Amino acid sequence: MDLSYYPGCTLKTRALNFEDSAIAAMAVLGVNLIELPRWNCCGTVYSMTDDDLAHHIAPVRNLVRIAEQGSDRVVTLCSFCYNTLKRADLLMRNSPEKRNTINTFMDDEIDYDGQVEVVHLLEVLRDDVGWEAVARKVKTSLEGLKVAPYYGCTLTRPQEIAIDSVESPTVLQGLMQAVGTTVLDFPLATECCGSFEIVSDPDAVIERAYTILGMAQRKGADAIVVSCPLCAHNLGHKQAEIAGKYSDFTGMPIVYFTQLLALAVGVNPEVCRFDLNFGGVEALLRDRGLIPQRV
Amino acid sequence: MEVIKKVLVIGGGVAGIQAALDIADGGYQVILVEKTPSVGGHMAQYAEVFPTLDCPQCILTPKMVDVGQHSNITLLTYAELQKVSGEVGNFTVEILQKARKVNHKKCTGCGTCWQKCPEKVPSEYDAGIADRAAIYIPFAQAVPAKPVIDTEHCRYIKHLEFVEGETEGKRPPQCRICERLCPAEAIDWEQEAQTITEQVGAIVVATGFDLMPIKRLPEYAEDPDVIDGIQFERMLSPGGPNAGVVRRPSDGKIPGEVVFVSCAGSRDPEHGVPHCSRVCCMYLAKQAMLYKHAVHDSQAHIFYIDTRTTGKGYEEFLQRTMTEGTVYLRGKVSRIYRDGDKLKVMGVDTLSGKQVEVSADLVVLGMAMLPSVGAKDMAARLGIATDEQGFFTESHIKIDPLESTRPGIYLAGTAQGPKDIPDSVAQGSGAASKVLGLFARSEMTPEGLTVG
Ligand SMILES: Cc1cc2nc3c(=O)[nH]c(=O)nc-3n(C[C@H](O)[C@H](O)[C@H](O)COP(=O)(O)OP(=O)(O)OC[C@H]3O[C@@H](n4cnc5c(N)ncnc54)[C@H](O)[C@@H]3O)c2cc1C
Repeated sequence: MDLSYYPGCTLKTRALNFEDSAIAAMAVLGVNLIELPRWNCCGTVYSMTDDDLAHHIAPVRNLVRIAEQGSDRVVTLCSFCYNTLKRADLLMRNSPEKRNTINTFMDDEIDYDGQVEVVHLLEVLRDDVGWEAVARKVKTSLEGLKVAPYYGCTLTRPQEIAIDSVESPTVLQGLMQAVGTTVLDFPLATECCGSFEIVSDPDAVIERAYTILGMAQRKGADAIVVSCPLCAHNLGHKQAEIAGKYSDFTGMPIVYFTQLLALAVGVNPEVCRFDLNFGGVEALLRDRGLIPQRV
Repeated sequence: MEVIKKVLVIGGGVAGIQAALDIADGGYQVILVEKTPSVGGHMAQYAEVFPTLDCPQCILTPKMVDVGQHSNITLLTYAELQKVSGEVGNFTVEILQKARKVNHKKCTGCGTCWQKCPEKVPSEYDAGIADRAAIYIPFAQAVPAKPVIDTEHCRYIKHLEFVEGETEGKRPPQCRICERLCPAEAIDWEQEAQTITEQVGAIVVATGFDLMPIKRLPEYAEDPDVIDGIQFERMLSPGGPNAGVVRRPSDGKIPGEVVFVSCAGSRDPEHGVPHCSRVCCMYLAKQAMLYKHAVHDSQAHIFYIDTRTTGKGYEEFLQRTMTEGTVYLRGKVSRIYRDGDKLKVMGVDTLSGKQVEVSADLVVLGMAMLPSVGAKDMAARLGIATDEQGFFTESHIKIDPLESTRPGIYLAGTAQGPKDIPDSVAQGSGAASKVLGLFARSEMTPEGLTVG
C-alpha cells in the first residue's frame, strides 16, 4: 500500500530518528510512505481566534498540494502536524463561509473543500495494518522491556479530531503489546509535557517533565514511548538538569514508537538512529541485547 | 364512568412512602410497589441527613413501619409494574410479584437463615463495600423484615439449574442450609413469580434516582479508593459495615486525607450531563464534616464549581463545615491517579489561579444524579414523557409540577428531577393531595373532567 506522507519540519531536523525508523518499519509492514514532493510548514499551532483565517492558510495549502497529486489520504508522524492539518481540514469541511474566504484568498490554487483525509501513523497501524499483522511480522520480540505509553495532547484533543479515547487512549498500548513489550499502567499517559511553554517558561516544563518522568521511574518503566517530537524534546533534553535538582531522579530513556516497532520487525538498528534519543536509550537496548555492543 | 378510589404508588423511597401514607390516611386504598425487598430507598442508606444531622433510622424508619402496617396500604415489595391500560379514574395494572422462595406468612423474621447462609454477594444496600447472604433482608430495619432468596446466587437453585440443564463441569453443592435451619419451615422452593392484576383510579410514580456510575468518568481512575457518595455514607454510618469507622477499601487503613469532588459528571455536558444534581454540595459538606468528626486531625478538601446551598438552613450548614476546617478549592479536578500509597488529585484553584495537586488516601466523587435505572422503560409502560436524561416530564414545569403528561398519573421525588429529602417529601404529599382531590369526585365525564 502506498500512502502520501507529510513530514513537517521537525522530522527533517531533530527527529530524524522518528522519520527514518517509521519509513523503514512501515516498508517491512508493506506500507510505503511516499513523501509529498512539495510541502510547507503545517502552521505549528492551530489558531483558535475566530477571524484569524490567515493562520489556516499554511495547513490548507498543504492539503491543496496533496489533493493536486490526486491523493485523498495523507499520513503524518508529528502529532502537531496531525493536529493542525486535521483541524484545518475540519474547518474547511464544516464552515462554508470561512472555506470560501480562504479559497478566494488563495485564488491561484485549486479550491479545497475536504478532499483529503488526514490520518496519523498510529491510526494506519491500528486500522489498516492491525495489531495481529504487526505481531506476525515481529522478528525480535521486545519481551521483557517495560514501557510507559505517553500520548501528549495533540493526538486526542480536541475531541473532534481525537484518534482515540480522549481520557484513556489505548492505541500505543495495542502497538507496544504487539511488539512484545510489557505495557505499564501509566496514569500520566495524557498529562501535559509543557508543550510550547518550553520557549517562554522552561522552568515550568522542567517541573512537568520531572512529574512525568518520576512517575515512570516509580512504576518501574525501562522507557517512555512517545509519539510526538515536542514531548520527546520536553521529556528528554533537560534530564541532566532534572537529576541535578531532584536526587531521586536517575534518568529515563525516551523512545519513539516507530523505533521500537522498527527494531522488532527487523530493521537495522542503525537506521533507527538511537544515538539521537535522550535518556540513555542506546545503553538500555544494548543492555538488553536488542542492539549490538559498541565496537 | 365511576372513579376507582384506589391508587398505585410505584417506588418505596421517601417520596413514595409519603404519598402512600397521606393517601391512606385520607381513607383510600393504596398499593405500594417497590422493586427491591424493602421500602426506604436511598435515604435508608445514609449516615445522617442534612441540614439537621438526624439519623435516617430515627426519622425514616417510623414511616417505613407505618407503610408496612397501615390498614389501607397493600405493600408489594420485590415487585414491579409490568403493564398499564385504561385511563384516569380506571386503570388496569399488572404487577409482577417476583418469587421470594420464602413464605412470608410462615416466616417470623428470626434471622437464622441469613446468618447461616454460606453464599456471599456484594450488598446493594452497602453499595458494594460489604457483602450480604444469598437469602437476605437488605438491612436491619427493612420493611418487611422477612427475607427473600436471591435466585441468581443461591447455591441450591444453581444446583437445581445445573441438574436440569444437564450441564457439564462441577455440580454446585445441594446446600439447603436455610431450609434445614428454618424453625418456621418457611422456605418454599416451589414458589413462583406471579402476576397480580388490579384496578386503580390513579398512579403516583416515585421511582427515584441512581448515581451515574464512576466508570463513565475514566479520568477519575478506576481505583478501589475512589468511591461515590453513597459508598461513603455507608462507611460513615454507625450501622455500616465498619460500625462508622471510616476505612478505605484497598487496605482497610483509616484515611487521614480525603478529597471530595463536586460536580463529578454534573454540569458537564461534554463528559457527563448538563444538569445540576442539587444535593451534592450539601451532602459533600455533610460528609466532610462527619468525616472530620470521625477522624480527628484529618484533612478534608472539597473541589467545587460554586457552592449551591439554597435550602432552609443550608448556607448556615455550609459555613459550619468551613469553620470546622474543611478546605474548599474552587475549581475542577482534571485527573485522579494512584502514586504508591496515595492518590493524587490534580486540579485547579481558580481563586489563586494556580494548578494544584492534592494527595489523598480516599477520594469521594459527588457523582451526578440520574433517573433510576429503567426509568425510560417505566415511562414507556406508563405512556408518559421523560426529558433527555429520563427524568419524568411534568405537565407544566411551573404550574403543574406534580402531573405527568398523562392524566391520572402523578410524579413525586427525584424521579421528576434531582432534589433533596424535604422537597421529595413535599412533592410526595403534593401528589397525594392531587389524588385525594381526584378521589373526592365520584365520576369522570367523557372529556376526562371529574364531577362531584
Ligand atoms: C450520597 C447522597 C447523600 C444524600 N444526603 C442527603 C441528606 O443528607 N439530606 C437530604 O435532604 N437529601 C440527601 N440526599 C438526597 C436524597 O437521597 C433524595 O432526595 C431522596 O432519597 C429522594 O427520594 P426518592 O423517594 O425520590 O428516591 P429514592 O430514594 O431513589 O427511592 C426510589 C425508590 O423507588 C424504587 N424503584 C425504582 N425503580 C422502581 C421500579 N421500576 N419499580 C418499583 N420501584 C422502583 C427504588 O428501589 C427506591 O426504593 C442525598 C443523596 C445522595 C446521593
